[in-house]
Amino acid sequence: MATQQTQALGRLLVSPAVGLLLLISIVPLAATVYFSFLNYNLLDPGSVDWARFDNYTYFLTDPGFISALINTLIIVGAVLAITVVLGVLVALLMDQAVVGLTLVRLLVIAPFFVMPTVSALIWKNLLMHPVSGYFAWIATSLGLQPIDWFTNYPLLSIILIISWEWLPFAALILLTALQSLDVEQKEAAEMDGASGLSTFFYITLPHLARPITVVILIETIFLLTVFAEIYVTTGGGERTNNLAFLIYSAALKEYDIGAASAGGLVAVVLANIVAIFLVRLVGKNLDA
Amino acid sequence: MAREVTPARKITVTIAAWAVGIVIAFPIIWMILTSFKTELEASSLPPKFVFFDWTVENYAIVQQRSDYFHHAMNSLIIAGGSVLLALIIAVPAAWAMAFAPTERTRGTLLWMLSTKMMPPVGVMVPIYLFFRDFGLLDTRIGLVGLLCLANLPIVIWMLFTYFKEIPKDILEAARMDGATIGKELIYVLTPMAVPGIASTLLLNFILAWNEAFWTLVLTSSNAAPLTAFIASYSSPEGLFWAKLSAASTLAIAPILVLGWFSQRQLVRGLTFGAVK
Repeated sequence: MATQQTQALGRLLVSPAVGLLLLISIVPLAATVYFSFLNYNLLDPGSVDWARFDNYTYFLTDPGFISALINTLIIVGAVLAITVVLGVLVALLMDQAVVGLTLVRLLVIAPFFVMPTVSALIWKNLLMHPVSGYFAWIATSLGLQPIDWFTNYPLLSIILIISWEWLPFAALILLTALQSLDVEQKEAAEMDGASGLSTFFYITLPHLARPITVVILIETIFLLTVFAEIYVTTGGGERTNNLAFLIYSAALKEYDIGAASAGGLVAVVLANIVAIFLVRLVGKNLDA
Repeated sequence: MAREVTPARKITVTIAAWAVGIVIAFPIIWMILTSFKTELEASSLPPKFVFFDWTVENYAIVQQRSDYFHHAMNSLIIAGGSVLLALIIAVPAAWAMAFAPTERTRGTLLWMLSTKMMPPVGVMVPIYLFFRDFGLLDTRIGLVGLLCLANLPIVIWMLFTYFKEIPKDILEAARMDGATIGKELIYVLTPMAVPGIASTLLLNFILAWNEAFWTLVLTSSNAAPLTAFIASYSSPEGLFWAKLSAASTLAIAPILVLGWFSQRQLVRGLTFGAVK
């Protein structure tokens, strides 16, 4: 065990990090709380006064808030469903005796390293363009009517782009987990006459439960605050605003500091609900 | 031990896995191909795969018209600077928590992790006003500081999980042999810690390079890194696909290369050690 001397040294070494994180996590949050009770518009900075709960009632009863909240939940739910299901399938496939697995893994992981603004613009223009996009060409070749993605299904289009960005993350984590699964356990099950499907449902899937939970929690934290993909494709609006984009618009397009701060706190509460579960899960792992 | 794999099965799974890999990477492959086409060919139907007149003119135009190198340099300074700064703060902290843990270490670590869960929009207003009032809007130094703090929890966590794996017995052995703390640090700890520090550096550099909330909100031109530079292509003028593709290829190429080296660290770093 550490001596008193090393413990003192330890505290000294940890304190700069703790101090800075306290600063960045508490001061801005406190400021957000403060602003959320003000009537404060950047276009009229002279007339700042107390708003009490007006910003909250204004923000929470705004029809734009309800649709943004629904869009946020749809984005999170849909992307999670797509990436987890496809992620399991891709990971299972890559866990087989594939020739050239290293190269295949490079292909699968690549989208994760593409910056969000590039992903979104490439998909919107090169793939989803209704006339000369790649998907339109496939549709016409098959004798189908090309889909005008961003005009007719803007939210779905954004969901597809984000799913493409996050599928590699899910697949890679699940593959890592699969590779630590005991081969002998699977073999024993097979020798006992278990079919491929029942081996999957009774051995593989329970083994994946934990990593799937980790994938869901971490993705949720990032998906709750999707921003760049909306910024460069639709630029917001009723149909694709999520909570993050609505707050951004309130602050930097309408310059309504009070309402944006109230909205920011709603986002914080939402994220915290997820964060509690994730921190618990990681904490359990720390003890093990 | 190893299960017998029939050749037929091996061929099937190999073809399937390659097909899946190519489909997933297709948008990137397509973007790279498009960057070498003329604008006319880039939007022509049917699409041309390899039989077109390869040209590098788009790359020249991107540099000429928008000063690509200026933005690439911004990305390099912002991502590199923020990660190096974070390492300077994080290495001592992670070292102390791994080697001299107290009863409060666990709580501190989990609290640090929880600060990362704060959605950026939750603190956007005060941070924006702070940047405005202190003249930090559209400056590289402002973003270096902010991204350093934003990534600090992940940096500390990754380092902690690596340092934790350094066997403590070795330290005791060195101490028994009469090594001083200084010697212990240089000859024993540093060589064992360097791989973990390098992985942490790599992954967090990638995260900072691709960061696309603060860079979009807080920069306009001077300090705009590549994320913001590419976003300027969202309001196009005329034919621009080949140029967009060339600019995008340049923006992601260095990270694709670095990223492929950091696959294993990615899993560990982004799950805070919960999946290894």
